Amino acid sequence: MAVRIGVVVFPGSNCDRDTVHALDRAGAEPIVLWHEEASLRGVAAVVLPGGFAYGDYLRAGVIARFSPVMRAIGAFAADGGLVLGICNGFQVLAEAGLVPGALLRNRSLRFLGRDVHIAATRLDTPFTHALAAAGAPLRMPVAHGEGCYFADDATLDALERDGEVLFRYVDEAGHRASEDDRAANPTGSLRAIAGVSNAAGNVAGLMPHPERAAEAILGSEAGAGIIRSLVESAARAARQPVAVAVGAR
Amino acid sequence: MTLAERAVEPLHRRLGVTDDELEAIRDRLGGRDPNDLELAMFSVMWSEHCSYKSSRPLLRTLPTAGKDVVAGPGENAGVISIGDGLAVAFKIESHNHPSAVEPYQGAATGVGGILRDIFTMGARPIAILDALRFGDPADARTRHLVDGVVRGVGGYGNCVGVPTVGGELVFDRSYQGNPLVNVMAIGLLEERRLTLATAGQPGDLVVLFGSATGRDGIGGASVLASATFTDDDPSKRPSVQVGDPFAEKLLIEASLELIERGLVEGLQDLGAGGITCATSETADRAGAGILVDLDAIPRREPGMAPFEVMISESQERMCAAVRADRWPEVREVCTRWGLPVAIIGRVTDDGDLTIVEGGPDEDGHALAPAREIARVPARALTSDAIVHERVASPPTRERPAPAPGVRLGPSDRLPERGMDPGAVLLALLGSANLSSRRTIFEQYDSTVGADTVVGPGHGAAVLRIKGTTKALVATTDGNQSVGRLDPYLAAALSVAEATRNVSITGARPLGVTNCLNYGDPTRPEAFWELREGVRGLADACLALGLPVTGGNVSLYNESPAGAIAPTPEIGVVGLLEDIATLAGPAFRDDGDHVLLLGETTAGLAGSAYVELAGEAAEDGPPALDLGREAALQSFVREAIAHGLVASAQDVSGGGLATALAECAMWGERGADLRVAAGDSPAVGLFGESPSRVVLSAAPGSVPALLRLAEAQGVPATELGLVGGDRLRIELRGAGATGSPEERGSRVADALDVSLADLRLAWDRGLPRALGWED
Amino acid sequence: MSTHRFAVNVAPKPGILDPQGRAVEGSLGHLGIGGVSAVRVGRRVELTVDASDEGAARTVVERLAAELLSNPLIEAYAIESIAGASSTTGVSSTTGVSSVGAGEG
Repeated sequence: MAVRIGVVVFPGSNCDRDTVHALDRAGAEPIVLWHEEASLRGVAAVVLPGGFAYGDYLRAGVIARFSPVMRAIGAFAADGGLVLGICNGFQVLAEAGLVPGALLRNRSLRFLGRDVHIAATRLDTPFTHALAAAGAPLRMPVAHGEGCYFADDATLDALERDGEVLFRYVDEAGHRASEDDRAANPTGSLRAIAGVSNAAGNVAGLMPHPERAAEAILGSEAGAGIIRSLVESAARAARQPVAVAVGAR
Repeated sequence: MTLAERAVEPLHRRLGVTDDELEAIRDRLGGRDPNDLELAMFSVMWSEHCSYKSSRPLLRTLPTAGKDVVAGPGENAGVISIGDGLAVAFKIESHNHPSAVEPYQGAATGVGGILRDIFTMGARPIAILDALRFGDPADARTRHLVDGVVRGVGGYGNCVGVPTVGGELVFDRSYQGNPLVNVMAIGLLEERRLTLATAGQPGDLVVLFGSATGRDGIGGASVLASATFTDDDPSKRPSVQVGDPFAEKLLIEASLELIERGLVEGLQDLGAGGITCATSETADRAGAGILVDLDAIPRREPGMAPFEVMISESQERMCAAVRADRWPEVREVCTRWGLPVAIIGRVTDDGDLTIVEGGPDEDGHALAPAREIARVPARALTSDAIVHERVASPPTRERPAPAPGVRLGPSDRLPERGMDPGAVLLALLGSANLSSRRTIFEQYDSTVGADTVVGPGHGAAVLRIKGTTKALVATTDGNQSVGRLDPYLAAALSVAEATRNVSITGARPLGVTNCLNYGDPTRPEAFWELREGVRGLADACLALGLPVTGGNVSLYNESPAGAIAPTPEIGVVGLLEDIATLAGPAFRDDGDHVLLLGETTAGLAGSAYVELAGEAAEDGPPALDLGREAALQSFVREAIAHGLVASAQDVSGGGLATALAECAMWGERGADLRVAAGDSPAVGLFGESPSRVVLSAAPGSVPALLRLAEAQGVPATELGLVGGDRLRIELRGAGATGSPEERGSRVADALDVSLADLRLAWDRGLPRALGWED
Repeated sequence: MSTHRFAVNVAPKPGILDPQGRAVEGSLGHLGIGGVSAVRVGRRVELTVDASDEGAARTVVERLAAELLSNPLIEAYAIESIAGASSTTGVSSTTGVSSVGAGEG
């Protein structure tokens, strides 16, 4: 039996099917978790996918974070369970306080849908261990109106000191982007932060979409490494196997 | 009209119903007068927008048959089989007038409406293409409209989770008072899940689900409001339609679940004409009637009058025919997805749309006997709506329009002798209409769904179909600059260009949807333009063997400033059997040969070049030979399928030089080429004659490619080789500019521009035209 | 010349669909909160105006509210005078005069 990984669906989530597809290709058994559910059905890890939960109304992620499933996820995370939030999922985790910081409106005040490059800062995490090299540029799309990572200076210093910054925006060559670099860091995220983890390292969030860059036909396979990291870490945690990842399904 | 005159003006005229139409209504009611509610319903259902009363006779002449067509005109969207048990649903629609009033919401609700037409068939929407047209980009109002419309398309499409993968952005002075917002949507379904908009059987329940009903879009019928309510009460005024993409996302999931589980007999989305339209159309299709219980309809506002409830255009609502025993499950699905749902009536066998109020409450207790407040034969509102035979008369021209197919005299309009064609090319690439649209489409989510293989910014979008080797290809095109000159030719050219954009990916075009944007049909010249446009569309589709599966007509696009140029916006969907064979425009390798397939012919009128350089009085638009177009496209598809092609790009806006520049920019490599100038370098470089494609091919493939072209009767000309970091085009031939000493086989003028300069002009053009920060 | 501080509260016009308000209202159950209805979500803009007197200042704010801060087709606004340089706890009104402008487009 392949490792079970939950994909939460809030009203308005729209990347759940993409995430299910990517997890399936990576050898996991995706389990769709409706936001009203109080139980996580024994999954070994949970993904909060992208989209517009509750239309992003009021504030992205704020309504979703009160959904019943979030209580179970909070407990799961407190117990060390692996949780990954992608884009809107990251926003939900931030609103719920499960990862530090907040996501503000993009610098341009417009929605942004295009490719960026990010690089992992460290490979010794459940979300990055299967990547080829720290610092290597990974190309994948962002698609959001509120993707500007923000935290106060004290928090940012602590994040960097404690290794909780997982991904940064970089240029094509892998050089870290400045906050003013419109090409490489279009949202203006502070310290070019594209993704972070919590202090315990079991909960992470990132704004770009690895599940949209996990197949060559889509233009980039760079995101597959992140998905695979999660699947393998979850399998290890649950002592469940990873099914042979299928090529062209 | 003075206030006094307005007060005695009969109600029907105030609702936009002519005296003749009132007579026709009485006819259909067995000789009696309609009451106010019935009149309101007729005024909406017999409006041009709902009834197509001016265009219906013309649309009947379009070819609609095809062996793979599963659903055609008359249904909510066209559906074509693509094998593997799958089918593609697609349609294009306009939301022009609302976008001029409130650009964000007009565009947003336009997207919402066309998406509903797709998923009401049982198809999951997988892509949006937006064709947007505005006036002068330097004008403040234009900029306000562009900003609002783009934010509206993105705001709705992004939230609902359907990628916006293509479209157009065109500026033309004729749109100054009348912007056009045409949106195309595509969906994928298992053929066995196809759901039609029928009312089912007598006894079936009529169920309304989705958002509650408010006063959205009551518009013209507001005269009834002023008759009943005081003008001081703001809550009683008609409201702009506001879209709720979050509600639409829930609606998509609920509708697809209902269809997947076989819980509905028929499904119809609500758009123009609201509940009146949805119920009368579904009843008419089933040959049945529907009894509507007004009180059962969930409302958003208190104190709504019956006519308001019946014609409201509140968004995100669907109407289903449900067998009585399925109701509990239907209610459970809708409730789980957070959508209001109610039984609002039942299907009868009397063929009438009957409206009652004050009947039994939810538990069946009779509070008072139900009162019938309207009864109209359903078909009188829909299929038997009035049809007008309008008068067509061609506009008087200062000179006769050139007949299609007639060869025109030479027209060399390179403005001054020795003017640098490179500068002309850069000006074209940097122009508002030909420059990169990146600043627009990066505001859209073009990759949600994880199926986008080729996104916006290309000639056609390509979406893979998971679980198969197939891909769907889609594009929109519409030639309004020729439309101004020759509406018949423009429609045919638009079909040719759209299908060509599909064929150059290697995909086979499957069918055509059309959005016909024209002026006031009661004006004979405008109706003539529409008639000619339909004729051109029909002839082109017949010649290319493609069915028209449905579409939309938007008339009355005129303001005191003038009418829009006739704009036939054509949407085409194609099928690529094997995604591995996909071809694109980018030059691939240094040393590859560059070839021009098809023949360059004369005629610069209507081109981007004459926009820049000015037109010659004796010139006309280029001719179109549909036989040659069909042969060219068939050849290109075959060449691609045989792996003979490294890159393929069609020649259209900005002519051959622009097409070559695009291939070079995409491929990040230049080329060293020679183009026959013939009688006119301008035609050779910038003319937009149709039925031409630029191919590049590895040296080893060229002989086979040329043999194939010859066998298929497609002219092929070698232009040169890919290589370097500049685009160099030498002009050869007589009649070229330059001093006599330099003439002969070599011409003084050559086009020589660096890739960097091409890209700079192309990238900066649109933001500069709109005054947007880069 | 004197300075005057105003707040402009913009909300969807009555009768206009408010998707945000609806979504917020629908989610209150998850917080275990009942008895809350008719939620409308808008925005508040605070500004300081230099003018000869309050009336002149208010005229400036009216114009801003109608032409820039609200979309008269779908929104209505209310103007309040507020005291001091900032207001931290939501709606506060000292001089209390609110004028409802249902700007027609």
